[in-house]
Amino acid sequence: MSIVDIPVEDAGALQAGRTEVRRELLRELRHSKTFLVGSTILLIWIICAIFGSAIAPHSPYTQNLLGINKAPSGAHLFGTDQLGRDMFSRVIVGSRDILVIAPLATLLGTVCGTAIGLVMGYFRGVVDDVLGRFVEAFLALPLVVTGVIALSALGRSNLVIIIVIGLVFTPLIARTVRAAVLLERELDYVAAARLRGEGSLYIMFVEILPNVSGPILVEFTVRLAYAIFTILTLTFLGLGVQPPSPDWGLDIATNYGVVPAGYWWEVLFDAIAIATLVVSVSLISDAVQGVLER
Amino acid sequence: MVTFILKRLGLALITLWLLSVIVFVLGQVLPSDPGRSVLGPLAAPSAVRALDHQLGVDKPLLTQYWHWITHFPGTSTQYQTPIGPILTTALGESLKLAVFAFVLVVPLGIIGGIVSALNFGKPIDRTISIVGQSALTVPEFVSGIVLILIFSIALGWLPVTATAPPGSGFFTQLKYLILPVIPLVLVLFGYIARMARAGTVEALESDYARTATLKGLPRGVMIRRHVLRNSLLPTITVIATQTGYLIGGLVVVEVLFRYNGIGMLTYNAANQHDIPMLEACVLTIGIVYMIVTLIADIGFSLLNPRIRLRAAE
Repeated sequence: MSIVDIPVEDAGALQAGRTEVRRELLRELRHSKTFLVGSTILLIWIICAIFGSAIAPHSPYTQNLLGINKAPSGAHLFGTDQLGRDMFSRVIVGSRDILVIAPLATLLGTVCGTAIGLVMGYFRGVVDDVLGRFVEAFLALPLVVTGVIALSALGRSNLVIIIVIGLVFTPLIARTVRAAVLLERELDYVAAARLRGEGSLYIMFVEILPNVSGPILVEFTVRLAYAIFTILTLTFLGLGVQPPSPDWGLDIATNYGVVPAGYWWEVLFDAIAIATLVVSVSLISDAVQGVLER
Repeated sequence: MVTFILKRLGLALITLWLLSVIVFVLGQVLPSDPGRSVLGPLAAPSAVRALDHQLGVDKPLLTQYWHWITHFPGTSTQYQTPIGPILTTALGESLKLAVFAFVLVVPLGIIGGIVSALNFGKPIDRTISIVGQSALTVPEFVSGIVLILIFSIALGWLPVTATAPPGSGFFTQLKYLILPVIPLVLVLFGYIARMARAGTVEALESDYARTATLKGLPRGVMIRRHVLRNSLLPTITVIATQTGYLIGGLVVVEVLFRYNGIGMLTYNAANQHDIPMLEACVLTIGIVYMIVTLIADIGFSLLNPRIRLRAAE
């Protein structure tokens, strides 16, 4: 799945080759319909996340106890919730937390996972075996279960969520990177660097890392979708952002009880928001994979 | 082959031991005051100390770990009863849900993947891939809530909860489980279809598939005899690894549909800070996952002569 299959001639040509590949990648992505659709939807949510409070017609916090559980209308496009808060505003502003936490958590996992994966793949042997056992043991627990335990242990805050998800992603990403490194380390340029007397760290991070960036990028986009999935699930379970913050997962959890009474709008729009966000990320991920695998 | 199985078993035991240590350490980190939480805020400190002593939480960590392992699963601080029976009942309930989900999703996923691979690059392939990938990133509670809105609230066809009234027959229980199972199926479908597709594409491009075509075998026969046999092997492993994922999904689905399985039990234990219960649930989840992957690994090697022979060397 390596993107860069350029024969190693001299460093300059290789450098030029890499820039070329990156440009080519962007050009192909721009022609991909899934990428365009995905990034457009994502962009809309990013705009909501940044300018949410300015776009929203009402404050997401203002309660109106005389106008509770109102069906969607001209005044309240998505209706109002049990406290009379405007659902449209809550959905818009609700995009903020998730779009900050999820990328940060994924980034943390990608950085740590890449480092560990490089070490595991490059050194193999005992280091690989020992780390591999720990990875296996951790992977035996579903992410949501790990999250539930960790958040009850360490307290419910966004920082804890970022750290927990980042740490759980680390072994997963490490495994992918390790597999890619195992293939790379057998290639001539690594042997050449070793003969030149380069240190292990240099070889891992300067020689091998750029050549496994393709799988890492794919892994990042896939994990990002999964991070959004998990974070929203944890907030739905009441372990993430706390009320009265506008958050899609939290709003569904709080308003879920009144659904049988017919107040469908109090959960439907949050559900649609989540679905469009995760689908947009997975469309982008799909496009990136398609381009890199060609 | 025997050495391979023994080696695999040994590794699984080491992993299991590591997991038990991780779970135990997490249990120690969790803020809890067992004596206090049982006796309440008004109890005398001496009574709390006495109960802590009786529960053994004032002993050295290593002793506690040993006690925990040898007395597994232990006693719930929340209910003051042995965890064993509660855990097995919950596990049984979850098993119903999990089996139902797998029975639906495994054939669907494999067929989806094969159809996708046979139409490689065509619109139907793209559609299956994109739908599958999108479905697997939509959280279970989101698809669950939409299903509830449509089938329970708007149409009134199916119940909002997953728990059938006690004493219900098989089909009534099944009816209650339909809605909870769909979110799980949606998430798993994408993974299984993707693996089945990748395996089939690889087998289709292989030398033996080309040879079979060149020697004049009809496409249908070639696919059945040469391609599918090889392509479905990796799918078995994926199905096994998805068990872990499925259990994660069970937590959410069981909470959403108010179903008393192991997911709900874990969730409640974490919320109530019932540490022994939580540790027991988590370790059980780990054990279930490891047994399933172990069986899959061994089954995979039994089916695949290449691994079987390499292991024998």
